[in-house]
Amino acid sequence: MAYSNKVIDHYENPRNVGSLPKDDLNVGTGLVGAPECGDVMKLQVMVNPDTGVIDDAKFKTFGCGSAIASSSLATEWLKGKTVDQALAIKNTEIVAELSLPPVKIHCSVLAEDAIKAAIADYKKKQSEAKGETAVERPSQPIA
Amino acid sequence: MTMKLPIYMDYHATTPVDPRVVDAMLPYFTTHFGNAASRNHAFGWEAEEAVETARRQVADLIGANPKEIIFTSGATESNNLAIKGVAEMYREKGNHIITCVTEHKAVIDTCKKLEKQGGRVTYLPVQKDGRIDLADLRAAITEKTILITIMTANNEIGVLQPIAEIGAIAKEKGILFHTDAVQAVGKVPFSVTDAKVDLVSMSGHKFYGPKGVGALYVRRRNPRVLLAEQISGGGHERGMRSGTLNVPGIVGLGAAAAIAQAEMATESKRLRMLRDELNKKLHANLDELYINGSMEYRLPHNLNVSFAYVEGESLLMGINDVAVSSGSACTSASLEPSYVLKALGAGDDLAHSSIRFGLGRWTTEEEVDYVVEKLTTVVRRLREMSPLYEMAKEGVDLAKMQWVTH
Repeated sequence: MAYSNKVIDHYENPRNVGSLPKDDLNVGTGLVGAPECGDVMKLQVMVNPDTGVIDDAKFKTFGCGSAIASSSLATEWLKGKTVDQALAIKNTEIVAELSLPPVKIHCSVLAEDAIKAAIADYKKKQSEAKGETAVERPSQPIA
Repeated sequence: MTMKLPIYMDYHATTPVDPRVVDAMLPYFTTHFGNAASRNHAFGWEAEEAVETARRQVADLIGANPKEIIFTSGATESNNLAIKGVAEMYREKGNHIITCVTEHKAVIDTCKKLEKQGGRVTYLPVQKDGRIDLADLRAAITEKTILITIMTANNEIGVLQPIAEIGAIAKEKGILFHTDAVQAVGKVPFSVTDAKVDLVSMSGHKFYGPKGVGALYVRRRNPRVLLAEQISGGGHERGMRSGTLNVPGIVGLGAAAAIAQAEMATESKRLRMLRDELNKKLHANLDELYINGSMEYRLPHNLNVSFAYVEGESLLMGINDVAVSSGSACTSASLEPSYVLKALGAGDDLAHSSIRFGLGRWTTEEEVDYVVEKLTTVVRRLREMSPLYEMAKEGVDLAKMQWVTH
């Protein structure tokens, strides 16, 4: 199969590979897919609690080149967006940007799911924290 | 000598035609173009003679009599003719066929078609090493069983089935035995007497002959096997396969068979050494590699490895100057991971992570070293990018995770 130049570029130079501290209150983690299906994406966002803006995003992906490219692109787009803006990212935009062929559309769907799962995790942590006594927690990412 | 890129290490898919084979074929396109069925002039005689020479060369390679060789368009046709031909011819005797889950699609889909027409088929499972259990075979045999069809060597994992033992059981029970020997003939010693086999499918392009030509061995004695023709016409090939003979192709198949027979001993030894080298060096560089299928009962030029935590297509993308295959879903037309690897019971995740290496006549040590280096770099890079690798290193049991499938 021929890959688009953008897929190749993200595969060869993936943006934002890595992990954020998953226990941090301001970090949301999404883990979607399954090994037996051939793709698993872990996508993390770190949200600035004062502004609601995503300061950092990281990913790790087990999957084909298009899955890697979709998650890499997603992290690029997430940075600087508010949580609500992030939730508005559609898989079709990823398809268009990376020129994914029809058989690879599920990779973009998985990336969208990963974004939604990461933000849902962040929101859940936030609301749980508000229910508890406020505890100061570090919000600096581990380099 | 400088190494040429890309490197071809997918010799199970196909092989280049040996230049000696091309030389043998060329005159039969132009000057010796006769129809082998033209009985009354020199052009026909010349073509017929060439065909009979090739028939002997193919027969010699498998220890058969030339009269037992039927030329076809390739192994898919040979498999179809053998299985459908027996099912139709021996209909009165029974309607049950025994095969195995890791067979090539040309066998499986032919059996499925017969099932739709009222036939009964048992698909034997394989053990973890990829071989069938002979006890399962014995248990599957019924009074209605007319054919056992089990491949000699698997095209993905290179595992050799115990065909001599299967042949003995078939003989004891009076059941015909067909084997798809496409990956084995010309690569490892194969004898129709030793295997006690009645029908054997072969293909030219798997052993340095041309594409579009193959053969079917059909036993003539003890027992004399009869087949219902599947292609009707002028009654060529003892009435079992009509159609003007592909003389240049058949000449090429014969020449390839003769070369394979002459060089098999040294070639298989050399390839076994290179394959073992490839295996050893990969294991020296990387952890968590899993060999798919038996290492003991295996073609000498095959290696099938799963690189845990790395998906096959992304791995192929990283080694784009090396031609190999993967059992990953993303690389298959069906978008399903390899059914052969799934049948080994190792888990779909390892099927997605598998690479098949097929070494061949022109594989060099230098190429093996290049492939090892390249793969090591790419696997390490992709593991750093893999959430599964990270979780495994943290001690998470991936098998016990609740995954969010989509």
